[in-house]
Amino acid sequence: MLSIKNLHASIEGKEILKGINLEVKAGEVHAIMGPNGSGKSTLASVLAGREDYTVDSGEVVFQSKDLLDMGADVRAKEGVFLAFQYPIEIPGVTTTNFMKTAINKVREHRGLEPLDAVSFLKLMKEKMKLVEIDQSLLSRSLNEGFSGGEKKRNEIFQMAMLEPTLAILDETDSGLDIDALRIVANGVNTLKNPDNATIVVTHYQRLLDYIVPDFVHVLYDGKIVKSGGKDLAKELEKRGYDWIKEEADVA
Amino acid sequence: MSKDDQILEQFASKEYEHGWSVDFEADSAPPGLSEDIVRFISAKKDEPSWLLEWRLKAYRNWRKMIEPKWANVHYPKPQFEDIIYYSAPKKKKTAESLDEVDPELLKTFERLGISLTEQKRLTGVAVDAVMDSVSVGTTFKKQLLEQGIIFCSFSEAVKDYPELVKKYIGSVVPSNDNFYAALNSAVFSDGSFCYIPKGVRCPVELSTYFRINAANTGQFERTLIVAEEDSYVSYLEGCTAPQRDENQLHAAVVEIYAAKSAEVKYSTVQNWYPGDKNGKGGIYNFVTKRGICAGDYAKISWTQVETGSAVTWKYPSCILKGDYSQGEFYSVAVTNNYQQADTGTKMIHIGKNTKSRIVSKGVSGGYSQNSYRGLVEIHPRAENSRNFSQCDSLLMGDKCGAHTFPYIEVKNKSSQIEHEATTSKIGEDQIFYCTQRGIDEESAVALIVNGYCKEVLNKLPMEFAVEAQKLLALTLEGSVG
Amino acid sequence: MSKLTKEQVDHFFIDQFQSFENKLNGESKKPLHQLRKAAITAFKENGLPAAKNEEYKYTNIAKAFAKHLNVEALSDNNFALSSDEAAKYFIPELDAVRLVFVNGMLNKELSDLENLPEGLQIQPIKTAQDDFQDDFARHFNTHKIEGSDSFSDLNTAFTDGGVFIKISKSAVIEKPIACYYFTDAKEADVISQPRNLVIAEKNSQTSMVESYITIGEYASFTNAVTEIVVEDDSIFNYYKYQDESEKAIHVGATLVHQLGKSVFNSGTFSFNGAMIRNNLSIAVHSEHSETNMIGLYFLDYSTHVDNHTVVDHRVPNCESNETYKGVLDGKSRGVFNGKIFVRQPAQKTNAFQSNRNILMSDGSEMDTKPQLEIWADDVKCSHGCTVGQLDKDQLFYLKARGLDEKTAKSMLLNAFASDVVNPIKIEALKKLIESKIIERL
Repeated sequence: MLSIKNLHASIEGKEILKGINLEVKAGEVHAIMGPNGSGKSTLASVLAGREDYTVDSGEVVFQSKDLLDMGADVRAKEGVFLAFQYPIEIPGVTTTNFMKTAINKVREHRGLEPLDAVSFLKLMKEKMKLVEIDQSLLSRSLNEGFSGGEKKRNEIFQMAMLEPTLAILDETDSGLDIDALRIVANGVNTLKNPDNATIVVTHYQRLLDYIVPDFVHVLYDGKIVKSGGKDLAKELEKRGYDWIKEEADVA
Repeated sequence: MSKDDQILEQFASKEYEHGWSVDFEADSAPPGLSEDIVRFISAKKDEPSWLLEWRLKAYRNWRKMIEPKWANVHYPKPQFEDIIYYSAPKKKKTAESLDEVDPELLKTFERLGISLTEQKRLTGVAVDAVMDSVSVGTTFKKQLLEQGIIFCSFSEAVKDYPELVKKYIGSVVPSNDNFYAALNSAVFSDGSFCYIPKGVRCPVELSTYFRINAANTGQFERTLIVAEEDSYVSYLEGCTAPQRDENQLHAAVVEIYAAKSAEVKYSTVQNWYPGDKNGKGGIYNFVTKRGICAGDYAKISWTQVETGSAVTWKYPSCILKGDYSQGEFYSVAVTNNYQQADTGTKMIHIGKNTKSRIVSKGVSGGYSQNSYRGLVEIHPRAENSRNFSQCDSLLMGDKCGAHTFPYIEVKNKSSQIEHEATTSKIGEDQIFYCTQRGIDEESAVALIVNGYCKEVLNKLPMEFAVEAQKLLALTLEGSVG
Repeated sequence: MSKLTKEQVDHFFIDQFQSFENKLNGESKKPLHQLRKAAITAFKENGLPAAKNEEYKYTNIAKAFAKHLNVEALSDNNFALSSDEAAKYFIPELDAVRLVFVNGMLNKELSDLENLPEGLQIQPIKTAQDDFQDDFARHFNTHKIEGSDSFSDLNTAFTDGGVFIKISKSAVIEKPIACYYFTDAKEADVISQPRNLVIAEKNSQTSMVESYITIGEYASFTNAVTEIVVEDDSIFNYYKYQDESEKAIHVGATLVHQLGKSVFNSGTFSFNGAMIRNNLSIAVHSEHSETNMIGLYFLDYSTHVDNHTVVDHRVPNCESNETYKGVLDGKSRGVFNGKIFVRQPAQKTNAFQSNRNILMSDGSEMDTKPQLEIWADDVKCSHGCTVGQLDKDQLFYLKARGLDEKTAKSMLLNAFASDVVNPIKIEALKKLIESKIIERL
């Protein structure tokens, strides 16, 4: 589904990603872990098409198409979803209105008729339950005045609405208490099916107790320095990142 | 070139949608202004002598006045001698019913999206349409009259309700108030008149559509709204003009009189031709709008969405004379290309416990200049008065300007005044968030701008709000970043 | 004496220039005199701001001048001031480099010009045009700045007894420079026009306070200009303190040019006077500069104080913050006009401005006009202003805890003033202002 080959990316002339290689197949959950500043969030942003970053070399193929060639909205329409680490506030635009616009743009891209108000509301009701998000929250301005937990739940709600092929969760666990974490993880797990894939970017192992990964990759200094199964995450939790750094630096 | 600039470049190419003109035979005065022209207009309209005298007085005052220069707008001075001050579509004299109106004219209005006939009747809006200075037909008149509501063209009002007109004309905006108000008072050709008797809630929205059609004409319409005690009316005004290379002058006057406990809501969507992308042509929109809350507990609310005109100079104001009276001003002003807008409001607190609220949202793109200018004045006896003002500016592109000139004058210690203003641009991260959800950049901008203006758009009647939203998207098409 | 019209006041000054010029000996070829002549020519063209002048909409100086001053019996500017008398007006407990001006002229006896700290040079402006030829030529009255007007021209024309102050590169002047401007109106009405130029060279650090004092019962008109050039990486703290008589008319311009990565902090504190107009203009010429302005006008009686500030952001990546507060009692009137210009190149400017006022009495009045003029898009600018009275709920809360009305009020007013008093970096001045506030309460 997703194939990243030797991806180099930089911001303001500073190289952050220094040759990433990653294969993600349908039905898989990949966790990307690593110490702060290793390039985890950069990778998520580059995949979603954030223009602050410059891709210097490498290729990313998503469902046989060149992902890097697409604008951010086209990537989203093709099924790439980024759950933001810091969701953006847009005053005056309600989440409902925002989602309605987004869903119909995505449908238009796929050659589908726009959803009428009734079907949209029905869909929304259904997805709201999934993340236990309140209706009143959705009629407020997008993310404005939301608590950290509300913002993250809103991200997963949007993911549920848009049903992406590839979901990238950028530190979705940061700032969440254990109850909120459970709700968010439950949402993600419910959405999982054999045709889609998830990349979970996280610093800690805790989220991975709830969203169990098939593969764990450790990112350090812009490269994936170690890959393994879910046990790798547990080991990292126990031993920290220093041994990885040492191994990598020695290599 | 930064991304913002690129988007901005695209946006400049948006053409004016209402820019067509229709060939009517117009019945016009020769260009230029003199006492004779004033007499000609008055005679054309078969006016009583008091009104001619009133016009002549205004004309003589106007001669002595000079054009105001304090506004933050720059434009070649209109050549007052080249303007045609009266132009009426020729075929009709007075339309008794809509059936008598020139079908070509009706088609014009259909193209503008205003059907004077069934369509509006169904939506419950009474429309008075004014084209090149003359009112061409008012819907719903009879039904309204049954409740005592008078809604007709200004000329008809002069004929049918001379006492009312005589009593209120110039009572809120004196004929010598300012340069353009004086000019209007001298040469106004038509407009709307609306009277809501005591205790009546007008059941439908009253609406006027203005259009300048003939070349080289100025439009000088005059609107007078009188709301007696305990009455309510919501009044809408819309405007367009064809695309012409030369600048055309629009100098209107609107007067609102609200008696005790009366409420008047006045909404405008102004979409005069703004000129082309190089700043050629377009309407000079120099308008005086003022309302007085004459009685206690009266309320006047102005809502405006300004997307058109090359140069706008407009300050819908409220004189809060009655105790506990209220004034509101909600404004969205969008400028693009070479448009210039200097707009805002005046809230004059005279009565005790008066309240006012100002929400102004400016959006500027291209090479445009957008200024908010407002006055909040608290008189010494206006005890416990309150004002809250919020003026926000949104900039799109680095060649435009946003300016804020609030004047706050407080002479009473028990009053409370708060003013806030911000200037910012649309955040790149906001746009990215939208595009990441599959919304293309242009729609993202429209979405964000509409959200930014929401507080004002919400004040518009439903039907107008939809039109206003479309207009915003249209004006900003391709615009922003 | 009959009241003069604005035109008559203009003529009065033009005539005055004639007699002033006649008294000058051997200066006609000097650069300063060329500047004087150019300035009076400019003044002749414009005259004092007319009643309709937008910038003087609420503050008609010419009218106040005509009302208070008897131009036919002006003092000849030659009063002596004893050091004991002068000392009464010095800022208590302030260890400073002291400069005393009487009616606009530097008074060396009362000043403390011995043993200047290293890196600090002070000279009469008249000799500085020779001794510091380059500095004078480069900076004296040479930079056009938003907010300078015909009063500045008038001052330039009458430049005489002011000083030139230079802080050398990398010098850190520990002691503040304190300038006391005495207007001696004991025996007749008086006009004084002090004019100083301050150059803070690269990487230097300086604090300066200007204090305006009138003594005597007669009326006075002060028209002061201080030009300050803050070079790269310098920090300059500037304070203005005004406690003048009820017949004192004061127009003062502080014209500041900020260069790269410099910090300019200013504070303007006004308590007494007939009519005071402060023009604080700051032009920001290079990137990464920071400008902070605070101000307090705590007024009573018929005092009229008008603060006009301009920050002109001409370059990217700068920041300005402004907080002015007013408390108005009696028949006093406050005017605030804060302009922020953000020019087209000045992307990434952050500019914040706030003006808060409390009206204490029925006769008091506040006119405020915060103004943003912005031509750049990538900016964050905001302003806020309020006019109101003390919060009744807060007042009640304090009274319910046993505080009497007066104590409760002064507690709240102190709290209100605190964010413009606390940042003062000269401890003795802060104390003085705090005591002045308490005195008012």
